[in-house]
Amino acid sequence: MKRIFVIAIITLGIAACGNNQSGNEPNGTAGSGSTQEPSNNGNPSYDPNRGEGKFTKVDVSPTLDAAMAVAGEKVYSVKCAACHKLTDERLVGPGWKDVTKRHTAEWIMNFTTNTDEMLSKDPKAQAMLEICLVRMPNQNLSDQDARDVYEFMRKNDGVK
Amino acid sequence: MKKTKPLFLALAGACLLMAQYSCKPKNAGNAVSGDAASKTYVPPGKYDELYNFVSGGFSGQMSVYGIPSGRLLRVIPVFSVDPQSGYGYSEETKPMLNTSHGFIPWDDLHHVEMSLTDGVADGRWVFGNGNNTPRVARLDLKTFRTAEILELPNSAGNHSSPFATENTEYIVAGTRFSVPMDNSNGDVPINTYRQNFRGTVSFIKVDPTSGNMSVGFQLRTPGVNFDLSHSGKGKSHDWFFFSTYNIEQANTLLEVNASQRDKDFIMAVNWKKAEELVQQGKGKKESVKYAHNIYDEKTHSATSKIENEVTVLDVKDFPGLVYFIPCPKSPHGCDVDPTGEYIVGSGKLAALLPVFSFDKIQKAIADKDFIGDYDGIPVIRYEAALYGEVQKPGLGPLHTEFDGKGNAVTTFFVSSEIVKWNVKDLKIIDRQPTYYSPGHLCIPGGDTKKPYGKYVIVYNKITKDRYLPTGPELNQSAQLFDITGDKMQLLLDFPTIGEPHYAQAVPADLIKDKSLRLFDVNANANPYVAKGEGETKVVRNGKRVDVYITSIRSHFTPDNIEGIKMGDEVYWHVTNLEQDWDVPHGFAIKGALTAELLVMPGETQTLKWSPEKPGIYPFYCTDFCSALHQEMQGYVRVSPAGSNVPLTFSTGTNMPKDTVSITPAGK
Repeated sequence: MKRIFVIAIITLGIAACGNNQSGNEPNGTAGSGSTQEPSNNGNPSYDPNRGEGKFTKVDVSPTLDAAMAVAGEKVYSVKCAACHKLTDERLVGPGWKDVTKRHTAEWIMNFTTNTDEMLSKDPKAQAMLEICLVRMPNQNLSDQDARDVYEFMRKNDGVK
Repeated sequence: MKKTKPLFLALAGACLLMAQYSCKPKNAGNAVSGDAASKTYVPPGKYDELYNFVSGGFSGQMSVYGIPSGRLLRVIPVFSVDPQSGYGYSEETKPMLNTSHGFIPWDDLHHVEMSLTDGVADGRWVFGNGNNTPRVARLDLKTFRTAEILELPNSAGNHSSPFATENTEYIVAGTRFSVPMDNSNGDVPINTYRQNFRGTVSFIKVDPTSGNMSVGFQLRTPGVNFDLSHSGKGKSHDWFFFSTYNIEQANTLLEVNASQRDKDFIMAVNWKKAEELVQQGKGKKESVKYAHNIYDEKTHSATSKIENEVTVLDVKDFPGLVYFIPCPKSPHGCDVDPTGEYIVGSGKLAALLPVFSFDKIQKAIADKDFIGDYDGIPVIRYEAALYGEVQKPGLGPLHTEFDGKGNAVTTFFVSSEIVKWNVKDLKIIDRQPTYYSPGHLCIPGGDTKKPYGKYVIVYNKITKDRYLPTGPELNQSAQLFDITGDKMQLLLDFPTIGEPHYAQAVPADLIKDKSLRLFDVNANANPYVAKGEGETKVVRNGKRVDVYITSIRSHFTPDNIEGIKMGDEVYWHVTNLEQDWDVPHGFAIKGALTAELLVMPGETQTLKWSPEKPGIYPFYCTDFCSALHQEMQGYVRVSPAGSNVPLTFSTGTNMPKDTVSITPAGK
């Protein structure tokens, strides 16, 4: 039930946007969209825990893959470190401490590889955008980069 | 269930946010309705309704578009050299780009402001600011040329500029960077910002007849960053409002460190009072150096003068001159409505849009309703100055203009949209997506007393997929909306030059009939003019050779020149003898290390040329001027330094030594 409700709100939200040009939306809030027909853009199968993107199931071992974590750290230093600290302190974007405890591997890897769409769709990404006010740029991570970075995040979060 | 409830609420809340902020259609296919094309169609040969003067940003130039067609009419060189016209290359125009640092071939032109009379654009001049090496330029709208450039002392990054008071009494120039003052020792550790760095706001006096600018006085302020500004109107005529950020006085990683405080300030300046104080001799004269460059239309030449003095008022020494008004989160735009009562501050990082009331500010000042002071400047209590807040307007508000019907339109950079709202009841009327991330916007006259509230033109910072791809580098875009109804209707988008920051637009009638068509050659007072071919000559004076050369369809006089020697500095003074509209002649010579000249009818321009080796150098007209344009050419002979080739010049008399004929076939 809860999930259906959430999806309904998401659909309404998208419907509100989709109907921006259609003329009878007084102030652009979600509530005003409630009389609109749901748009085809709504994705009824959207899973906020997984996010939107190509990763549906990521195999994560209980122990750290040190080689992947080293590779991930290299990616981090070039493409991520300018905005994300490894502590819980926000720089431009949020600090990475405990990020693997806040989000699933699938969500993180979808967000890092499908950033624009996630920012337009995902409630948690939206909420973070309202705090940070800078859209995370797409840094063109390969699938393996994304997996390596995830492993580095795990290392940062204390996985041995 | 208990455990999941907060998450559920967070998600629901986030969804609501999303609904408000994520309105970013993937393509424009559904964004333009049927009659948009007819609203922007200007038939061939017909004129546009409005002139639109658009900043060229990092191109350093100003562009002129026709609205509603979006046709690019002209790019006017201002702060950057322009090899196409010879601006910044010709001897006559080089002084325009002189500064206290020497000749600078580039700047970053951010904001555009029309001259005003009684708070309405009068069509005489348009001003632009140089954001890097701080300068203000005045462009003459009879010639569409840069007429004057004034450098600013004690400034670094003239961003909060060049906004005008209601009768163009002053153009303001607030420094973006606070810095040590010019006449102090600037060799100080950067982290002594608080002790050594100060802000300044210059009030540039504009002569009501000639338009000539001079620094009337300069306010010395605490070391903050000045961002944007607008003058009061009507009842707030005597006041000027500046947005500030970095009241934290950070000197590193401002992205984070200048966003620490919940509120920065809008600085309210009683400029009338400042003017009186200066008239009473209260200003302190300080020794500084800054360039003042003026282009004279009669001599077709610019002069550059280094000024040595500025009159300074330190604002903390003059109670009643300046007040700070807290404004949420790093305000950018600072926009005053047509009545002069409402001042909108756009906090880039704020989730609301505060609207301040001039009357309430005056009352707060009278009641001393202050929360304290900042470096000696009274800080008015936020609620005492506030008219009200627009709640949840969007993400990343930047700039606001007014439609003249009581409404405002604000750009939202982060949520990529424009939002129309009512200034009185602060309710949102409409929101429309833009493509993508808008910065400034322009409602024609939308920052004046009388907006021409038919359109809004939005200047986007990101273009991405709007046009055919052209590699990593893309032009930025402008988007035209019809705002006559409650719903704003997207009509058109078109690419721009450089980065369009602010823009101004006025009805074409204000300018088009005053536009100059040519220069009267008889009134040409350039010392190197040749008024007719009879006055052409080549004069040697030591190593300097002056060539007085004319162009008319389709030959140069002279077109054969001999006797130039290595080591000579040759000055080509090209006078265009044409006296008809739209017949410029170009002048280009092989191997010139500069550019061409494009000489308007009746004008004289000079290209300096130092040949690199002996030989024959051709020169030609670059602008297709007649059917015999390809014949419009000449030669100059360069001989070794010790040569005894005599100095000769002619057109049409230096006939070939040997004739050539077609050898009959079969021989």
